[in-house]
Formats: sequence, structure tokens, C-alpha cells
Amino acid sequence: MGFEDVALQSRILTLMTLSFHIIYATVGVGVPLMIMIAQWVGIRKNDEHYILLARRWARGFVITVAVGVVTGTAIGLQLSLLWPNFMQMAGNVIALPLFMEVFAFFFEAIFLGIYLYTWDRFEDQRKHFLLLIPVALGAAASSVFITIVNSFMNAPQGFEVLNGELVNISPLLAMFSPAVPTKVAHVLSTAFMTSAFVLASIAAYRLMRGSNHIYHKKALFLTMKLGLVFSIATAIIGDFSGKYLAEYQPEKLAAAEWHFETESEADLILFGILDGDEAKYAIRIPYALSILAHGVPDAEVIGLNEFPEDEIPPLWIHYLFDTMVTLGMWLAFFSFVFVVGAWRGWPIITKTWFRWLTVMSGPLAMLAIQAGWWFTEVGRQPWILRGYMKTSEGATTSGNVDLMIVLFAGLYVILGIGTVVVLTRMYKRNPVEEELAMRESNKGGEEE
Amino acid sequence: MTLEIIGISVLWLFLFLYVIVASIDFGAGFFNAYSAFSDKQHILTGVIQRYLSPVWEVTNVFFVFFFVGIIGFFPQTAFYYGTTLLVPASIALILLAIRGSYYAFATYGAKINHRGYIYMYGLSGLLLPAALSPVLAISEGGFMRLEGGQPSLDYWALFTSPLMWSIVVLSIAAVLYISAVFLTWYSWKAGDDKATDLLRKYALIWAGPTIITATGIIFELRGHNPEHYANLLDLWWMFALSFLLFLGTVYLVWKRRNYGMAFILLVGQFFTAFFAYGASHYPYLLYPHLTIYDSFTNESMAIALIIAFIAGLGLLLPSLYLLFRLFLFDKDYVKGKSDYHA
Ligand code: HDD
Ligand code: HEM
Ligand code: HEM
Repeated sequence: MGFEDVALQSRILTLMTLSFHIIYATVGVGVPLMIMIAQWVGIRKNDEHYILLARRWARGFVITVAVGVVTGTAIGLQLSLLWPNFMQMAGNVIALPLFMEVFAFFFEAIFLGIYLYTWDRFEDQRKHFLLLIPVALGAAASSVFITIVNSFMNAPQGFEVLNGELVNISPLLAMFSPAVPTKVAHVLSTAFMTSAFVLASIAAYRLMRGSNHIYHKKALFLTMKLGLVFSIATAIIGDFSGKYLAEYQPEKLAAAEWHFETESEADLILFGILDGDEAKYAIRIPYALSILAHGVPDAEVIGLNEFPEDEIPPLWIHYLFDTMVTLGMWLAFFSFVFVVGAWRGWPIITKTWFRWLTVMSGPLAMLAIQAGWWFTEVGRQPWILRGYMKTSEGATTSGNVDLMIVLFAGLYVILGIGTVVVLTRMYKRNPVEEELAMRESNKGGEEE
Repeated sequence: MTLEIIGISVLWLFLFLYVIVASIDFGAGFFNAYSAFSDKQHILTGVIQRYLSPVWEVTNVFFVFFFVGIIGFFPQTAFYYGTTLLVPASIALILLAIRGSYYAFATYGAKINHRGYIYMYGLSGLLLPAALSPVLAISEGGFMRLEGGQPSLDYWALFTSPLMWSIVVLSIAAVLYISAVFLTWYSWKAGDDKATDLLRKYALIWAGPTIITATGIIFELRGHNPEHYANLLDLWWMFALSFLLFLGTVYLVWKRRNYGMAFILLVGQFFTAFFAYGASHYPYLLYPHLTIYDSFTNESMAIALIIAFIAGLGLLLPSLYLLFRLFLFDKDYVKGKSDYHA
């Protein structure tokens, strides 16, 4: 039982909690915007279907938010429990965005409570719609602030170390590290993209299983359009993220690309397996790495040979990067086909196999999110604060982390299963056809 | 006023707010479970769900505020408390998860009203204060050792300490008392006579244990931490004031008069006692290792945090006002006449 062990255990627990939280957090950031759009379209077109769509999404959303709050509280506390040395240092420099995040939570939680419990309470639908804006803003702001903290871990600045003491601390400089623009933009656009595809999956599934109602068709078309827009945005911002890496964290990019020697006109390596320093069975796209890194085909890309052996991230992040990029490309392409197809009336988009692909888009986007986070976090190793503190130095010295892993694994399994069971049960008990019919019959009474 | 004092006062204030709102939440869950157990569920469930469901996430943020804020203002606490509290804090997290998932799955979602779940939810409301309050005992010193520069918790000393157990008992009694007084008021506003009567009875039952254990702790401290004890005695007038406010609450509840005022007096009682306790703890965050001065963050961060706090408050207060106006002070909503849930 050495020091290393506890650090490894802490990593495993962090990985578990974050990977689980990020599912709910992504939905939490993206879905309010989707609800807003649906409700807005409904109000504008005076179309009951879109309003009901917003309402039904909102109902499911509460459940994911509640679990998101639980898991978020867990990760928030675990940061201090598992990485006390890191948090002590980070607290001095990067506490500001963490603190601001709490206000974003407050803002979101308050207005979400109000929004949910005031359906039909206002004469004017638009007033109710307005309540959703702070929810969406609060959720987006919380992801922005936490991503700023994460950016700081990747590109720390805003302080100096003098004889082991932190001096000249500037909280604002620390907040606006060079990693911020691409990271924040990429995280936001992927959250929107993923939420759109998750909702599209649900609509596609309903269309296949029994209900051929126009309501689901509208939902599917709307979400696929949004998915297309945000997946294009994601790919463009992802390209900028690559350029950021080339400039500030070249070891991460080089490890992701198995780029061992510094060279110009570098190839992009897709898939393959590693045999020593040789990538076998890989697809090589000429010049593509130089373009990803610097935007021109003959640019020089820094290779792993320029870094000390013990500061090179694990090379398996290559697969994580490939997974993310491939899925991103696929989803952009697929949603493009769908949208054009739906618009031109191509018959394939109603085929069963095509529907199945549509159903898959949500889970695939979620997988891409996971791959992306694992890539960027594992790719930062061995550093917890790049260039300043190694992950093993940041970890707790407390025993019992192993026990906590078991405990929290159990908790997440229960919460995960619970979410799925409760959501399916909730929608099954209250099918959309019935609800539409009921609203129709109420209509006469409701309207002035 | 130094930056250190501003920082700790802000944190202490939010901790106080958390204690009040969380007590209401925890206690309500327990009463709900208890009434399900004794087949009186219909009396309380409505009141509890109408008030708690829209606000529990906000309650939770008060907690998050405290632990994020203390790391921000006093980063060294991460080192001392973070290293030692892994097990108790993880248990508290699991309990919080039970509560959160109850709201998610049972009240918002598919209305799973399985009895076992209601009991678990109710029980977690009692266990949570029991899991969180030992931190107060730990902060009195004597339970943490430094081995090779690394702090570790002496569980044996902690679990055999009468001080720790009195704090635990006080926290549970206080949770039930605060909650009962608030819910008496709320159900009275809702015009629900049966619930009011029942909750009023609970309030009176739990008043005694609360004040007895609170007094007991002061005497425990004399042996455990004489320095803190002496500071407490210097502030005797605040505790006296707190006690008068307590009498006021009990009197009003007893006479079935002005429950709103009774609750306000109760908040005053806890406010004075909580701040007197905090002030007498000054300047230690952890006897004798950590004071607010040697653990404080750098000046530029402190100023940035305070500015962020003021700006945040500017956003928060109007929103909280709106929330309370809609769910606490809106007659139709409180009475359950209007149900606008999505
Ligand atoms: C739906 C999810 C998703 C999709 C389709 C993509 N990404 Fe991504 N990517 C993420 C989800 C993500 C993420 C989870 O949001 C990450 C992890 C950390 C971060 O900042 O964003 C990320 C990080 C990330 C990074 C590392 C940034 C850093 O460490 O600072 C790069 C270079 C890219 N992405 C590039 C791309 C490219 C070129 C894509 C082409 C389509 C792409 N991503 C699609
Ligand atoms: C913004 C959201 C964040 C996400 C989604 C995220 C995700 C992850 C993931 C998936 C891992 C596991 C990687 C691995 O085990 O190698 C990880 C590791 C870690 N993260 Fe992050 N992270 C985020 C931000 C942060 C922040 C803000 C902190 C600290 C303040 C942090 C601290 C750590 C630490 C200490 C590890 C363990 C080191 C490691 O094992 O890689 N992360 N994170
Ligand atoms: C180290 C990483 C993270 C930490 C410490 C963290 C912390 C937290 C905490 C404490 C909460 C609960 C707040 C409450 O009580 O209401 C929460 C919820 C939330 N978090 Fe995280 N979080 C992290 C990563 C992320 C990321 C990467 C995102 C977005 C991409 C995110 C978005 C959210 C959102 C939107 C919520 C509100 C609940 C929801 O809508 O699901 N968080 N987080």
C-alpha cells in the first residue's frame, strides 16, 4: 500500500463521478435551450404540438437535473476530499470561477423551480417563456465557469512560484487562460449538440414503436435540424481546439496523434494499433495533422521526442480522440442527410434501418462527450496542474478511498437505473395522444 | 473589519441559512415518513410536497455555497478537513443522494410512493445532521492528529466523546424543532387544521430536547476546550437573548397564536446562538491548528471573491424574493388550489 495506490484510487473515483455527472450536466446545459426553442416555435406558430413538446421535455428534464444536482454536489465535495493538496493550491488562484459557479447554480435552480410550477399560471404564455431564459443562462454559465477551472488546469497562469510560495496572484488572469476560448465554446456547442440528438433519439424511437403521430415527426425534424447546426459548430470549434493544443499543450496533441518526431507536412493518423513507435493498420491522411494544428499543410508539428519520458501522456488517448472525431463527423454527416432527406421527401429516412440509426445518434453523441473528456483529462497526465503539480502530488493521503469507490459505484448504478426506469414509466403512463386529446377537449374552456 | 472577518461572516451567514432551510427539509421528510408509518400520511404529504418540491434544489445550493466558499476564502481548510473527512463526508453525500433522488423519482417523476422509499427518505433526514454535525466537534480540536505532516482523524476519540454525541443529538432535535415550527405555520396558512394541530404538537415536543442539549453542549465544552468555553461565557448575554426568543416561540405556539411570528422568533433564536457560537470560536477554524488568519487566501483573491459575492447577491436576492412570493406567500398556491406543475 503505497502513496501511488491512493492516488490511483482517487483518480478512479474522480473518473467515475465525473463521467457520471457529465451525462446529466450535458443534458442540463443543452435541454433548457431545446425547451426554449420548442416553446418559442409553439408560441410563434401558435402550434399546440410544440408547446406540449416543451412541456413534456421539461417534465423529464426535472428528473435529470435533480440527479445532476446530486452528482454535482458529489464531485464538488470530492474535489476537496480526494485532491486536498491540489485544492489548497488551486483555491488560492482559481477559486473565483468556482465561487461564481455557485451563483449560477442558484440562479438556475430558483428559476427552474418557478418555471416548472407555473405552467398555465400566466395568462400570457410569453411571460412563462421568459422564465426559462434565466434557467438556460444559469445552466450555460455553470458549465462556462467550471470549464474555466478546467482550462486553468491545462494552461495555468495568473500566479508565480517563488521559493515554493505562490506570489503575484491575479484571479482574473488565471480565469482567462489561453485554453478558455476553445474549451468553453467546444463544451457549450457539444452540450447543445448532444442534447438535440438525445431528444431526436427519443422522438425516433417513439415513431418506430407504434405511434406515428405528427407530434413526434415535428419533434424529430426540429431536433435533427438543431443537431446539424451544432454538430457543424462543434467540428469547426474542435478544429480550433486542435490549434490551441498545438500551441499550448503540444504533448497532448502529439500523444493523441502518435506523432513521435517533430516534422512538417505531418500526416493525421486515424485508428490503427501501436507497434513500438510504428502505427500499424492505420489510415494516414497526408498533411492533415499540419492543417489541424496550424491551418497550413507544410507547418511543423511538435513531436513527443521533445518531451521528457515521464511527462508524456498515455498513448491510448489516441483512440479517445479518434472516437470523438469520428463520431462528430458521422453525426454531422448523418443529420445533414436526414435534414435534406426530410426536406426533399426522400423515402429512405422513414426506413426502419435509418430510423435505428437516428435512434443511435443520441447515445453516440453522449459517447463522444465521454471520449472527449477522457481524452482531455487523461491527455493532461501526469499533471494535475500542467507544469506545476503532478497528479500524484495532489492526491489525498487518507485511506478508505477504495471503500468509497465501491460505495459510489453502487450509488451511481442505482441512480442511473432509477433515471431510466422513472423516465420511461412517466412517459408511458401519460402518452402524448391522450394528453393532446385532453388538451383539445379543454380548449373551449380555456380560451377567453 | 478585516477581509478575513468579512469572509468568515459571509460563510457563516450562508451556513446559518443552510441550517434553517435544510432543517425544514430534513425534518419534513422525517415527519412525512413517521406519519406514513402511523397511517396519517394524507395529513402531511400535501403540505410537504407543495412547499419542498420547488425549493429543495435551492436548499442544496446553500450547502454547495458553503463548501466552495470556504475553499475559496480559506484554502488551507481543504488540506486539513479535506484529508480527514473523506469517510463522513462521503456518507453525507450518499444520504443527500437519497434525498435528491426521492424528489427526482418520487415527487417529480413516476410517483413511486413505495413505503420503503418514504422511510429511507425520512431516515436520511435524521442521519444527515448526524453525519454533518461531527465536523463542529472536530473543529473543537483534540480529534485530529498530525502524522508526518499529514492530518488524520482519531475515530476512536471522536466516537467516545460525549461532546460529539451531544452535538449530534442537538442537531437532530433542532432539525425536528425548526421544521415543526415552520410547517405549523405553513399548514396554518394552508388552512389545514389537522396538519397544523399535528405539527404544533411536534413543535412542542421537540422544543424541550433542543434547549436541553444546547445547554448541555456548553457544559461539555468546559472540559473539552476551556478556551472556547471561556469565550462563550463572555458572550453570555447573546445566549440569554437567544433563550428569551426561544421562550417567545414556545409561548406563541402553545397559545396557538401568530405562528408566523413564532417562526421569526425561532430564526432569531438560532441566529443569535449560531453567531455567538461562531464569534466565540474566533479566530480558530480548527483548534489549535488553523485560524482564519493563517489559512486565509491572498488579498487579490479575497477582494475578487467579495466583489463576486456582492454581484451575486444582487442577482440572488430578487430571484429568491420571487420564488418565495410565488410559493410561500401566494395564498392560492399554499392552499393547493392551483396546481400548475409541468
Ligand atoms: C459530442 C461531443 C464531441 C464531438 C462530436 C467532438 N468533440 Fe472534441 N471534445 C468534446 C466533445 C466532442 C468535449 C467533451 O467537449 C471536450 C473535452 C474537453 C473539452 O474542452 O471539450 C473535447 C475536447 C476536444 C479537444 C481537446 C481540447 C483541449 O484539451 O483543450 C480537441 C482538440 C477536440 N475536442 C477536437 C475535436 C474535433 C476536431 C472534432 C471534430 C468533429 C470534435 N472535437 C468533435
Ligand atoms: C469541467 C469538467 C471536468 C470534467 C468533465 C472532467 C473529467 C475528468 C475525467 C473523465 C477524468 C478521468 C481521467 C483519468 O482518470 O485519467 C478526470 C480526472 C481528473 N480531473 Fe477532471 N474534469 C473536469 C474538471 C476538473 C476540475 C475542475 C478539476 C479540479 C478542480 C478536475 C480534477 C481532476 C483530477 C484531479 C483528475 C484525476 C487525474 C486523472 O486521473 O486524470 N477536473 N477528470
Ligand atoms: C469538476 C467538475 C465539476 C464540478 C465540481 C461540478 C459541480 C457541480 C455541483 C456542485 C452541482 C450541483 C449544484 C446544485 O446544487 O444545484 C453541479 C450541477 C451542475 N453541473 Fe456540474 N460540476 C462539474 C462539471 C460540470 C460540467 C463539465 C458541466 C457542463 C458541461 C456541468 C454543468 C452542471 C450543470 C448544468 C448543473 C446543474 C444540474 C443539472 O442541470 O444537471 N458541471 N455541478
